[in-house]
Amino acid sequence: MSTIATPLPKPPLDWKLPYRGKVGMTCLIIAESAIFTIFVVAYLFYLGKSVTGPTPREVLETPIFYTICLLSSSLTIHFAGKLLEGGRRGGFLLLWLVTIALGALFLYGTGQEWHRLIYQHGLTISTNLFGTTYYSLVGLHAFHVTAGLIMLTIVLLFGLAGRVGSERSHRVEVLSLYWHFVDAVWVVVFTVVYVLGR
Amino acid sequence: MSSDAIAIQTAEAAGQPWVATLHEWVTTVDHKRLGVLYILYALVFLVIGGLEATVMRIQLMHPHNDFVSPQVFNRMFTMHGTTMIFFVAMPIMFGFANYLVPLMIGARDMAFPRLNAFSFWLTAFGGFLLYFSFLGGSGLYGAGNAPDVGWWAYAPLASRAFSPGHSSDYWTIALLASGFGSIATAINVIATIVSMRCPGMTLSRMPLLAWLNLVMSGMVLLAISPLSAAQIMLLVDRYLGGHFFDTQAGGSATLWMHFFWIFGHPEVYVLIIPCFAFASEIIPVFSRKPIFGYPVMVGATVCIAFVSMSVWAHHMFTIGMNSYANSFFTITTMAVGVPTGIKIFNWLGTMWGGNIQFKTPMLFCIGFLFQFLIAGLTGIMLASSPFDWQLGGSYFVVAHFHYVIVGGILFALFGAFYYWYPKITGRMLNERLGKLHFWLFVIGFHLTFDLMHIPGLLGMPRRIYTYEPGRGWDTLNYLVTIGAFIQGTAILVFVVNLVISYFKGAKAGNDPWDAWTLEWSISSPPPVYNYAALPTVASRRPLWDLKHPEDPDSRYE
Repeated sequence: MSTIATPLPKPPLDWKLPYRGKVGMTCLIIAESAIFTIFVVAYLFYLGKSVTGPTPREVLETPIFYTICLLSSSLTIHFAGKLLEGGRRGGFLLLWLVTIALGALFLYGTGQEWHRLIYQHGLTISTNLFGTTYYSLVGLHAFHVTAGLIMLTIVLLFGLAGRVGSERSHRVEVLSLYWHFVDAVWVVVFTVVYVLGR
Repeated sequence: MSSDAIAIQTAEAAGQPWVATLHEWVTTVDHKRLGVLYILYALVFLVIGGLEATVMRIQLMHPHNDFVSPQVFNRMFTMHGTTMIFFVAMPIMFGFANYLVPLMIGARDMAFPRLNAFSFWLTAFGGFLLYFSFLGGSGLYGAGNAPDVGWWAYAPLASRAFSPGHSSDYWTIALLASGFGSIATAINVIATIVSMRCPGMTLSRMPLLAWLNLVMSGMVLLAISPLSAAQIMLLVDRYLGGHFFDTQAGGSATLWMHFFWIFGHPEVYVLIIPCFAFASEIIPVFSRKPIFGYPVMVGATVCIAFVSMSVWAHHMFTIGMNSYANSFFTITTMAVGVPTGIKIFNWLGTMWGGNIQFKTPMLFCIGFLFQFLIAGLTGIMLASSPFDWQLGGSYFVVAHFHYVIVGGILFALFGAFYYWYPKITGRMLNERLGKLHFWLFVIGFHLTFDLMHIPGLLGMPRRIYTYEPGRGWDTLNYLVTIGAFIQGTAILVFVVNLVISYFKGAKAGNDPWDAWTLEWSISSPPPVYNYAALPTVASRRPLWDLKHPEDPDSRYE
């Protein structure tokens, strides 16, 4: 092609397109949002339609502490990314570890709440409509937290092996985008289940 | 450079034992090979789904026919619908997108090649799982059976009480698996188009095929995800004793309908938009004119995508919604007709005054234009809710959506096969067999689906396995079945053409149609790496610029 003399204008010198990882993750987030929307709609639609108890008002307690844990993990992962970009790997690993700890704490909180609901109040996924929609919605979110924690842990292991440097910070950024999404979904789930739903 | 590439490839192919070739195909992450795998896989299922349709048509040929039992008939229409939508139409669209998008935007591969392979095998697994239900539907001890709850699987029919055994679970998990495959491919297509375009390929210079596949992939993200969510809910109901769609515990059967059709209607556009893309590439080349109204074309497509997200409940007029919902969905549904009409006028504007060459790809595109228009008109009839109360659930609806899917989607697809087969295989499809295929298919199609409207108007409900004689449906159904056999013969001609031309077809060369998009600048079939040096483009028709350095398009941009 280059051998043919063409009157074509020169290609633009600053030809730069968005990073594919970020675009892919954004698309995944859009698709996931649609999935969560359906579950949230089902939850709202079935509010107060359970034929038998227990009802949300009777058994749900607002998990303020664990919510703070999860939301602040968004901050720690953000600053972890910034530190990695600046080449400070020690600080990055530390904040990354804190993020994982906060996420794990949140999962523990969910587990504790479920344990209480199941053993004290006898609420399972097949008890009534509230149980079905509650466990599916919160469970779907917890599943995403778990998936995120697994990925975060893999990065941590690579980091400890010295394989994650500033040259990979744009990849770490993609994962942190996912983690922010998981947090944002929790804001919605929290509002729907613990604020509006009672 | 290109002739070297061909020589290297054939040398490789000749010296290899077939196991090594097979291993290469199974482990491939090359977008072209995955594209071909998608297409071949879909063609196999097209034949299977076609045979299922034939079984139904033979059964309905005469009143009181007993070719198959009612149970088998239920399985046939369920499997036919599910197969054709999820395991023929979706994979074939993704196959073409996989093959063509990177070539047309001047990229070496998709953005995520391994994810691409993963998506294909996930989709393939879904198809095999669905068909395994014939063996394992009731567990291996009871004789197996396939899903028989219709391709909507309306609640409560799909619940444990009314669909015992595992047949509905095979249906659910097959759709869930292939759905995840589709979402992953859509992510891949979008990332490829956004991040992998060659230098100079701005969004406004991108071939319409790439644009339309971008829009289609965006719709997949928003349409397939609700289906996956609903399938998860159905699994919760069936396996964990949940009550999402269990009316006895306060659940709602209507909610399933909403969730299904939030997927179901945009899905129609997910399938038709790539066909618009084929038509937008083929019609200009065979009219020897650039596409008419490129920006309007893009705008209309985006508009269709938006509006089609809010029309789903027109599938539900007959369940009795309130009058506000009925009016809203009637209006939005009719509104889709506007951007669609714009597109049809644009294609006509492209042909107007052009030097039209009636080669087989163009014939199929003209058939597509004409039939899609009629399908749109019956669509507007059904969009009007009082009319739909009368005819919803009748053969009129069946005729309408087959007009869209066969008359629109399948015709454009055949056009795409005749147009890009030379690029994919390096050989031309036989033109005489192609024309035979076209005319047989046109005759069979119109005999079947034009006439099918009439029994619907006369009150024949869909999904019945037989009917009483003397209601005025007998002769029509007989003719409809004859039309189905003519279409089957046409498909046979097509398959024969595909096979014969692969071995005996005329050599295609790089650019058999004198076309203008980048894929025709490299050898047929393209080398593994696509482009030895990444191309640079300066207009919408880069090959025109190369062929006509004295008057390039880029001068007018």
